[in-house]
Amino acid sequence: MRQMLAVLTVVATLIGLWYLACIPMNMQGVLVEAERAGAEVSPPDAAVRREMGGVSLALRNGFAVPATWAQERPRLPAPHQVAVELWDTTVMKKITSKRSLVYHGWVTLSATLLGFGIGTVLGVLLAVGIVHSRVMDMSVMPWAIVSQTIPIIALAPMIIVVLYSVGVQGIIPKAVISAYLSFFPVVVGMVKGLRSPDAMQLDLLRTYSASKGETFWKLRLPASMPYLFASLKIGIAASLVGAIVGELPTGAVSGLGARLLAGSYYGQTVQIWSALFGAAILAACLVGLLGLIEKTVLKRMGMA
Amino acid sequence: MNGTGQQPELSSVVSAKGLDLTFQTNDGPVHALKDVNLEINKGDFVSFIGPSGCGKTTFLRCIAALETPTGGSLTVNGMTPDEARRKRAYGYVFQAAGLYPWRTIAKNIKLPLEIMGYSRQEQDERVRNVLELVDLAGFGGKFPWQLSGGMQQRASIARALAFDADILLMDEPFGALDEIVRDHLNEQLLALWARTGKTIGFVTHSIPEAVYLSTRIVVMSPRPGRITDVIESPLPKERPLDIRDSAEFIEVAHRVREGLRAGHADE
Repeated sequence: MRQMLAVLTVVATLIGLWYLACIPMNMQGVLVEAERAGAEVSPPDAAVRREMGGVSLALRNGFAVPATWAQERPRLPAPHQVAVELWDTTVMKKITSKRSLVYHGWVTLSATLLGFGIGTVLGVLLAVGIVHSRVMDMSVMPWAIVSQTIPIIALAPMIIVVLYSVGVQGIIPKAVISAYLSFFPVVVGMVKGLRSPDAMQLDLLRTYSASKGETFWKLRLPASMPYLFASLKIGIAASLVGAIVGELPTGAVSGLGARLLAGSYYGQTVQIWSALFGAAILAACLVGLLGLIEKTVLKRMGMA
Repeated sequence: MNGTGQQPELSSVVSAKGLDLTFQTNDGPVHALKDVNLEINKGDFVSFIGPSGCGKTTFLRCIAALETPTGGSLTVNGMTPDEARRKRAYGYVFQAAGLYPWRTIAKNIKLPLEIMGYSRQEQDERVRNVLELVDLAGFGGKFPWQLSGGMQQRASIARALAFDADILLMDEPFGALDEIVRDHLNEQLLALWARTGKTIGFVTHSIPEAVYLSTRIVVMSPRPGRITDVIESPLPKERPLDIRDSAEFIEVAHRVREGLRAGHADE
């Protein structure tokens, strides 16, 4: 109960700060509209106002404060505006509608899951190779690290162009970008996990003359499970980011990335923010789901 | 009396002659074992005692083919240690129980049996037998964290016994346990030894433990690791815990202590 209260207090504080931030952010625009509507604003000269900060304008035009939370195209939409937009575009729209966030979310989610699957399989395979072969350890690991230093936003268009030129388009390029981001945490986590058994446990298997395969299946793999799940949680969030980024440079017409892009083209800040929150909620659900699977699996294994 | 194996006995299971092992480290070579000669006979309970760095664990690991000697000869059951391992000549008990947390006690004991390809039915039977042997009947379904440290170590002994190896190699198996648990386990180990007739190599750094358990005590000293004394115990096979207050026991313990001191004085 106390914990609940603490959580709610933090959330309420954040929302309060958000409302406060809306006032100076949106004041300029609100005053322009108010002046057009014939209201008396201070100072009356638009050129002077443009030079002034949002806070001082708010202090001189207290009457305009409520309007900063109700603009049609605010610089910073208020929380309830985002919430209403989210509600309208998820629950109130048919999910087949091009304006439904569920529809766009599914487009992104399918690429995310495909990319996550590819990235996880690739990551696990690379980790197995790295743990068992010194050559792979020395040749693959540095490239895996270098691959993550290239900004994905720079790489994504190239991946899409290259794949398009060989006739691959649609969900695959997005999934590739998403796999590109998600394989890395899986590699790092799995290498660590597969190496987690200590010398004594490896010696024990040696006394049984166990093969490399038996050591892998009976010791290394089960021992790596907690590490794998930690990596998967990072990996799936990275996958979602990858899928969204993959939608940006193509001018895609559907997907959460497309919603972000369209929103910014037309100055639809409310749409941008609701797409952002849609993505965040989706990521939270995915990570939560993985957490649930983790708990079940580890409990079954007697490790939780 | 010093057991260097002058008379080759048919019942000899471990035979080391002029055994040398030098580790190459960054600080130069480390002489872990130097000219070690020892015969271990069938049914012996041999303890290795000495300060850290004296090579007692290294010697045990050589027998188990976990280390490769750089000189001399070493046979186990008349074979090279490597061959002996493949023939499942020994079970090894480490200082920590090292049970897999994701396996139940029974499944942990099955681990070597699975690798060695025993049938499902035989696995179950053997698990039942060894659990009884170490007094853990009824605990097969528990996970390691549900057991005390002493029980975990007993389970790890059961695991080493499960596949009928004639030799049991134990590397400070009770080192991490408290005195009372240790006494109890020592008593149980002797009973187990009497019942199974196994040959046991036992590394320890506790003088009372070595004297209480062994038929022979090998005293070792460091730099280079070598044997300084081999003491045949005059104690009877039947050993209640209070034998430790007897004059004979104290005398043997005294001799072990002298041997350890002599090893140090050499430096």
